[in-house]
Amino acid sequence: MSEVTARQVLLEPILNNNPIALQILGICSALAVTSQLSVTLVMAISVTLVTACSSFAVSLIRKQIPSSIRIIAQMTIIASMVIVVDQVLRAYAYEISKQLSVFVGLIITNCIVMGRAEAFAMKNGPILSFLDGIGNGMGYSAMLICLAIIRELFGSGKLLGYTILPLVKNGGWYVPNGLLLLPPSAFFLIGLLIWALRSWKKEQKEAGEFKLAAHKVKEAF
Amino acid sequence: MALRKFLDRIEPHFVKGGRFEKWFALYEAVDTIFYSPGKVTGTTAHVRDGIDLKRIMITVWLCVFPAMFFGMYNVGLQANSFLAEGHAPAMLDWHQRLISALVGHDPASIWDNFVYGAVYFVPIYVVTFIVGGFWEVLFATVRRHEINEGFFVTSILFALILPPTIPLWQVALGISFGVVMGKEVFGGTGKNFLNPALAGRAFLFFAYPAYMSGDAVWTAVDGFSGATPLSVAASGGMQALQGHLTWMDAFLGFMQGSVGETSTLAILIGGAVLLIMRIASYRIVGGVLLGMIAMSLTFNLIGSDTNPMFAVPAYWHLVLGGFAFGMMFMATDPVSAAMTDTGKWVFGILVGVMVVLIRVVNPAYPEGMMLAILFANLFAPFIDHIVVQANIKRRLARV
Repeated sequence: MSEVTARQVLLEPILNNNPIALQILGICSALAVTSQLSVTLVMAISVTLVTACSSFAVSLIRKQIPSSIRIIAQMTIIASMVIVVDQVLRAYAYEISKQLSVFVGLIITNCIVMGRAEAFAMKNGPILSFLDGIGNGMGYSAMLICLAIIRELFGSGKLLGYTILPLVKNGGWYVPNGLLLLPPSAFFLIGLLIWALRSWKKEQKEAGEFKLAAHKVKEAF
Repeated sequence: MALRKFLDRIEPHFVKGGRFEKWFALYEAVDTIFYSPGKVTGTTAHVRDGIDLKRIMITVWLCVFPAMFFGMYNVGLQANSFLAEGHAPAMLDWHQRLISALVGHDPASIWDNFVYGAVYFVPIYVVTFIVGGFWEVLFATVRRHEINEGFFVTSILFALILPPTIPLWQVALGISFGVVMGKEVFGGTGKNFLNPALAGRAFLFFAYPAYMSGDAVWTAVDGFSGATPLSVAASGGMQALQGHLTWMDAFLGFMQGSVGETSTLAILIGGAVLLIMRIASYRIVGGVLLGMIAMSLTFNLIGSDTNPMFAVPAYWHLVLGGFAFGMMFMATDPVSAAMTDTGKWVFGILVGVMVVLIRVVNPAYPEGMMLAILFANLFAPFIDHIVVQANIKRRLARV
């Protein structure tokens, strides 16, 4: 990563190096908070801000942090950011912060935040690190928003609380898919999205761990 | 032999380089339906046997027929008995119109009952077959592998474990999930770790619980509410259950339930053929029985004042719900079950223990067979690993 441009660090993580789809990080919160689009948006913004600000701060003091305690130093910074975000949400968006419950606090354990601080901010300047945090946050957000749109639309027939598909029980025609409101459905959806992404961008495919011998047949007679 | 000649004549178009090479899977499917393939495996060691995958799958398919035919009869019987009490169906949908056009509503007439059930079951099976077959052919075409006969079994098992009143679009959705997510994403037949039919049913069960469980879905008459014997037992205990129906009725299958699962007798007839032909492993079936009996005896001994399910004896567990069907046709799936001989016993016992555990202790699910088998499917590779490692260890000690 010698020559990285601002454009690259900002846009690469959205499709080409998506933290969820390619690095398979941050799955836990992607399952937990995506049943409603409004909650997801708040979560996405929070994670993006925390990643960007913590990367920025870590990058500022990266030359002063002794390597042996760098993880603790990064954690302290990230934890402070998360607490700020949590308090702001409680003050200005109490309802949504209640729905997000522990998951705001758990941003601290989100591997994306930690991963960017450790992998990128420790080696690059503050501005680039900040943009990298924004970029990865946007990659995370893009995935989460896709999930939330599918889950809220087909799970409860709504988007952002507005009815799109009128439900049978309210006199409409749509029978909601209850599975989509359960966290495991996000798991299937992430799998399908990764499948779609890798069919489109073939270079993201991993090499197989082993190769099955080809099934050879010959004429018996 | 005109057909053979015709197939041979068009074959060059479908092999590599031909005009329709993309459609080879379809050609191959048609060819092997009519003729035994004249090919043998060319590489690596393999077992030679007169019975191959095609015959195994078709045999299983045929062995499910007693349960299927009885299931159709029973769907009609349940509905007609209810109608004979003087109730009229609340809503005339196309099912009812078709039945009225074809036959009467006499619960004593086998034919009337059978046609009634067939009008509900056949569309379910047709939709399962067409939609599932579409995915099967699509994946076979894109991935260049053969269309596998395993889908015959998946499709009929899937159709038989649905309630007769299920909307057809849900059938299509369920089998799509079962075939694509349960099987094809892992590489197709032989590489799936879950039973595709059960994966499809589990999807519907969690996605549309109101159509898959409860009291209103088991009888094909609109507005009729009849609990399955398992939910009767769960709410009222043994007394309510025995007041509801006799053990013999439950064994023969005259009760509410999914289409194919009610008659333990019909299932055992098909299952016996599978066991004798060694297609279904007696170790798995034995393990399921053993686990179920041991677990229900344990619960009987423990007893409970608040949960009447504790008192249900093993011979009732055998005939209620999907136990017999799951034991004979689902748990014995050669792909998703354990492969080693010892592993098969452990796998079976795990299924048996889990099914009673779920039925008795979990208040949310009166029926536990589907979840028990899926649960055991997940553990099958682990069980095999342990068995293989234990074998290696034992033999190393001998060196």
